[in-house]
Amino acid sequence: MPGARLSAADKRVWLIIAGIVLLGALFIPLSLVLFDLRFTYTVRVVALGGAILGLLSGVLGSFAVLRQESLLGDALSHAALPGVAVAFLLAGRELSSLLVGAGIASWLGLRFLSALLHTTRIKQDTAMGIVLAAWFAAGIALLAYIQSIPDASQAGLDHFIFGQAAAIIERDVTLVSAVGLLVLLLVALFWKEFKLVTFDSEFAGANGFRIGFINAVLSTLIVVTIVLGLQLAGVILMVGMLIAPGIAARQWTHKLDQMVILAAVFGAFAGGVGAVISALDSDIPTGPMIIVVSFVLVLLSITLAPGRGLVWSRLRQRANRRRFAAINTLRDLYRYALAHGAEDYPVPDDFIRGVRARSVESGLRQLRGAGQVMALGEGWRLTEEGIAWAREDRRNQRLWDLYRLYNDELGLPVIQEDRRLDIGAVLPAAAVEQLENRLEPSETA
Amino acid sequence: MWTAMPDRPEPPGMDRTSEFALSVDDLTVAYQEKPAIWDIDLEVPEGVLMGIVGPNGAGKSTLIKAVLNLIPRAAGTVSFYGKPYERARSLVGYVPQRGSVDWDFPTSVIDVVTMGLYGKLGWFRRPGKRERELALFALEQVGLVDFVDRQISQLSGGQQQRSFLARALVQDAQIYFMDEPFAAVDAVTENAIVDILQALNKRGKTVLVVHHDLQTVAQYFDWVTLLNVEVIATGPTAAVFTPENLRKTYGGQVASLNGGILAGAAGG
Repeated sequence: MPGARLSAADKRVWLIIAGIVLLGALFIPLSLVLFDLRFTYTVRVVALGGAILGLLSGVLGSFAVLRQESLLGDALSHAALPGVAVAFLLAGRELSSLLVGAGIASWLGLRFLSALLHTTRIKQDTAMGIVLAAWFAAGIALLAYIQSIPDASQAGLDHFIFGQAAAIIERDVTLVSAVGLLVLLLVALFWKEFKLVTFDSEFAGANGFRIGFINAVLSTLIVVTIVLGLQLAGVILMVGMLIAPGIAARQWTHKLDQMVILAAVFGAFAGGVGAVISALDSDIPTGPMIIVVSFVLVLLSITLAPGRGLVWSRLRQRANRRRFAAINTLRDLYRYALAHGAEDYPVPDDFIRGVRARSVESGLRQLRGAGQVMALGEGWRLTEEGIAWAREDRRNQRLWDLYRLYNDELGLPVIQEDRRLDIGAVLPAAAVEQLENRLEPSETA
Repeated sequence: MWTAMPDRPEPPGMDRTSEFALSVDDLTVAYQEKPAIWDIDLEVPEGVLMGIVGPNGAGKSTLIKAVLNLIPRAAGTVSFYGKPYERARSLVGYVPQRGSVDWDFPTSVIDVVTMGLYGKLGWFRRPGKRERELALFALEQVGLVDFVDRQISQLSGGQQQRSFLARALVQDAQIYFMDEPFAAVDAVTENAIVDILQALNKRGKTVLVVHHDLQTVAQYFDWVTLLNVEVIATGPTAAVFTPENLRKTYGGQVASLNGGILAGAAGG
C-alpha cells in the first residue's frame, strides 16, 4: 500500500513493532544478568529456532484467526502425532522424516474432516472433535508401543507431546529456516488472493479465482507451520503458538498487512524468549513456556490496546459520562431559565437535582469550574459565559435539525450527522447560511 | 449525477452471439435430496432491471449462486451473452449478501472496493495507483467519499451495503447480480441504491436483484421473475406481476396483500 503519510494509528503500530524488537534484543543481556544464563552454542541455537518458528506461526496464525479456524489448527496439530510415530517406525529418528510423517497425518486428518463435512450432516466443531481425538489417541497408542521397544533411539520422542527446545540442533534450525522462508515467500506471492478468500470467498469465486485451490494452499501452509513447530511447542500446545500472536496483533491495528507483521514480531518474541527460559532447565517443557509468554502479550494487548482494549474503553466511558453530565446539566439549567422568562433566571437546586439525580453533582462541579454557572443561595444561575455557550449550542442543534429536514431540498453536501460537532466545522459556510435563513426570527436573535 | 467510467474501452468479449444477457437452461440444484431450484429456464434480455421475487426458501440466492458457478449444479447450463461463464467472467459483477462476510475483518473501505478489481488484475499482481483511482471514483458514486480510509467495522449497515455496491461498480461489468441489497437498510440508503441501480440500467447494464418487498417491485423493476423452486413467470413487470401469478408463487397468503400490490402494479 502506498503510505507516504502515516496516521497516528500507523505510527503507534510501528512503534510497538520497534519496541518489541528492542525488548527481544535487550532480553539477551538481561537474561545474562538475571538468570546467570550463559549464551552457549545450544542456547543460541534454541533461541534462534524459537524466534524463527514464532515468526512463522505469527504470520500463518493471523490467517487462521481471521478465518475463524483456530480450533481447526488445534485439531490438525493433535492429528500430527501418529505421523511422528509411524515415521519413526519406518525411517528412524531423523527430524525431517518425522516432520514429513507429521505433515502427512495432519493432512489426512484435514481430508477426513472435509469429507465428513461434505458427505454427512456432522457439523464442523463435531468433525474437528472426531479427528482430534481419534488421531491423537492413535498417536499416544503408537508412542506407548514404541517406548516398549528395547532401543535407545526412541528416547525423547514423547517430547513431541509438550515440546522440548533443548532437543533442537543446528541442522533443525537450518531445515526450519529453509522451509519457513519458502512458506513466507508463498504468503507474499498469494497475499492478494489469501486476503480476498479470507474476507469474502464467494466474491472471490465469482471473480474467477479458484477458491478451492487457494484454500488448499493456505491450509497446507498452516499445516506446514504447525508441523515445523511441533518439536518446539508440542502437539498439545502448538495451537497457542499459532493463534496467540495473531490475536494480540489484531487488537492494535485495523490493517491486515500491519496485523501480520505485528503478529510475526510478537511470535518471534514469544518463541525466542520462551525457548530460552525453558532451556535454563531441561525440566521446563518449552511449549508451555512459549504459550505463557504469548498469552502475556495477548493479555497486555486486550487490556491496553487503544480502541479495542478494556482499559481504553473504560476510560472512554468515564470521559463520556463526565462530558455528558456537564452538557446535559447546562442544557437543563438553560431550558428552565428560558421557560421562566430570562436566560439568567435562577434555577432552584431541588429542581436540577430532581432532573439529573446521578450526574448532576459532576455536571455542576465542572460547570462551576469553567465559570459557566454560579451558586446562588438555594439555586444556580448561568453566567454570561454559560449563557453564550448554551445559546450557541441551541443554535447549533437547531441547524442540525434543519439540515436533516432540508438537506435534500436545498441540495446541500451529504455529510454524516454528528451532533457533537459544530455544524459550521463540517458544512461549507454557504450551506450553513442557507440553513440559517430557515431559522425562525426568534431564533436568530 | 452519473458519469461514465473514465477511459474504459468496451470490453473485448462483447461480440454478441446472443440477444440474451443471460440464458439459463434446465438448471437444477439440490443441497440434500430435495431440490432447492428445479429445472429453471430463464432468458433475460439485455438492458433490463429485473427483480427476482419469491417466498423464503424459494431458491432466489441459490439461483444466483448456481448461475455464478459458486455451488455445484445437479443439471443445467448457463450462458452469458451466448458464452459459458468461464469465458464471460469479466462481464459479470456480483454483490453478495451483506451478512455473508465478517465485517470485523481488518481492512478499510477503499481496500474492500479495490477487491472488485482483483479479478481483472489476475493472479499475483498487486493493485496500484490506477486501481485506487477507480475505487475512489466508485466510492464517489455511492456517496462514501468521506469513508475512504474508514475501518469497515465502523460502518453502519447501509454504508456496508454501499461499499459492496461500489466494489461491484469497479468491476465495470455488463450484467450484475445482487443478493438482497435492500435487506435491513434505512429508507435513505434504499433510495440511494435504487438510484444507482437505475443509473446502471440507463447505461445499458443488465441488473438482476433478489428482492423481498412486494410493495416496491413494480416501482423499482421493469422486468420480474417470480420464483418458487421453479420459475412461475418471467417477463415485463406489467405482464407478469399479476395477482394470479403472485398466488401461484406465494399461495393464498398474499391474497390479503393483493390490494396494495395491485395498486403498485397498476402504477408501474
